[in-house]
Amino acid sequence: MQSLRVICPNGHLGFAPLKTESFRIGVDAGVDYIAADSGSDDIGPVPLGSDTCASPRAWQEHDLEVMLLAARRINKPMIIGSAGDTGSNSRVDMYVQIIRDLARKHDLPAFRLGWFYSEVDKDLVRSKIRGGSAIAGLDGRPDLDEAELDATSRIVALAGVHPYRKLLAEGCDVIIGGRSSDSAIFAAAALHEGFPEAQAYYLGKVLECASFCAEPYGGKETVLGEITPDYVEVTAMSPAQSCTVASVAGHAMYERSNPFEEFVAGGRLDMANCNYEQVSAKTTRVTGMRFDPAQEFRVKLEGSGRVGERFVGIAAIRDPYTIANVDKVIDWAREQARERFGKTGWELHYNVFGRNGVMGDMEPFKDKPAHEVCILVQGVAPTRELAEELTITGTRQLFYARLADVKGTAGGVAFPLDEVMPASPAYRWTINHTMAVDNPLELFPTHSEMVG
Amino acid sequence: MKNETRKLSDLAKTIRSKNAGTDKITFDIIFREKETYELVKRAKALTRERVSEVLGIDPSRITDFVMFDPANAIKFTIKRLRPSGYAGDPDIFGAQQYAPFLDIEVDLTV
Repeated sequence: MQSLRVICPNGHLGFAPLKTESFRIGVDAGVDYIAADSGSDDIGPVPLGSDTCASPRAWQEHDLEVMLLAARRINKPMIIGSAGDTGSNSRVDMYVQIIRDLARKHDLPAFRLGWFYSEVDKDLVRSKIRGGSAIAGLDGRPDLDEAELDATSRIVALAGVHPYRKLLAEGCDVIIGGRSSDSAIFAAAALHEGFPEAQAYYLGKVLECASFCAEPYGGKETVLGEITPDYVEVTAMSPAQSCTVASVAGHAMYERSNPFEEFVAGGRLDMANCNYEQVSAKTTRVTGMRFDPAQEFRVKLEGSGRVGERFVGIAAIRDPYTIANVDKVIDWAREQARERFGKTGWELHYNVFGRNGVMGDMEPFKDKPAHEVCILVQGVAPTRELAEELTITGTRQLFYARLADVKGTAGGVAFPLDEVMPASPAYRWTINHTMAVDNPLELFPTHSEMVG
Repeated sequence: MKNETRKLSDLAKTIRSKNAGTDKITFDIIFREKETYELVKRAKALTRERVSEVLGIDPSRITDFVMFDPANAIKFTIKRLRPSGYAGDPDIFGAQQYAPFLDIEVDLTV
């Protein structure tokens, strides 16, 4: 094969529905694979920790249905990575079931459905730590210790191309992947068809966020990538968008700390010497990428740990003197919680929107608050009952804060709601590490079956 | 020649921030024309020192600072004090942290 064409309709499948018009144009352009990534760690640690999705199931079903019907109609493989936001085992099972249900609903001719899991058993990680194989911290984190492992609710490993390639080699028409490196989903297809690693991983890198590599800005539109042994071309499918040198090169930087390289399980994509060339109005060609295979096979682990149950309260302030002293108001409320609940075992968090709510300590204008501010209160405690009472205390007591010179003594804050609201339990990212494995498929068991 | 300046937001095509993994936020300042990019580079309008000053953070929190010529872009990355999504983190995606850079003054006379 001289070239391979892959389309990607959505950079985070399900997070918002894909746009069907540019997807239709993409399918009609003639494609060999339809692929999309469904996961992200952007959504914070709650979905992984609580084993839930960040998006309504209806949106995920929408995208899977649009993609599955197109892929089966043109009889080309469809690949989904990091199913259901986190790629946890339950999310993979959910996507597999959605595909089975869609096949039945549309009475599709029989096809082979493959899937793999990527959750990692805590005991396996523990045995690695005890065996002296360091679970190395990324981004300045220390190596993982058993205490932090114990604080972890769920772990997923990021798959590289290996489980995808195994399932493609077994003849799967539809693949639902567990948590994966974004670019691996697309690179696997290209490698399966015999294209070189550097171009294959670059193809994945540029396609993974769909139309984010095009301009003007517009998400959820389809882009088409074409790989040859020498270059990768990327073309916007939306009539309103183009892939330009600026948009494609700019995308190399997106969401990573360094624009020159991208690490995947099994190696490193080197983009330092990439050359970008506009070859037609909507298409940019990229050459000069390189791939360095890793000496030691390490996989990235993501782990999320439960902090506690959580409630949310809202209060607002219009009185200028109270706004000027909002930190004292918050300190008062916190002190009331301390008197009732003791010094430890709970957390109260306050964001003062209208002052430094979005940027916190990095806000340059925190000494210039708006003329009214909104305080978001979050209370975290071991049980729901305690979290609710804590959050009511932390919110209600804003009303009673004692400021020496306040004129309005009937109540220090405005309540838009006279209640606190249950929120998702609080979780935190406990693991952002890498672990050495002997076999690239060790953590990613594959399965397949005929459907339809 | 009198000292003439323009705001970075008038010169750049894109000024954005976004998570780079769970522990970092990365900033991309992208220019449409090479000349403008080179001008901002020459003016040293953005440096590690300037970034730490604008955000009021210790320079050690800036993990990367690169000039990315193929994209006419300046890119820098900072470490979060707490990983994204911890209770109280108001910007789980890190997508609204770029605003203070819009008003950076760039000296056009250098």
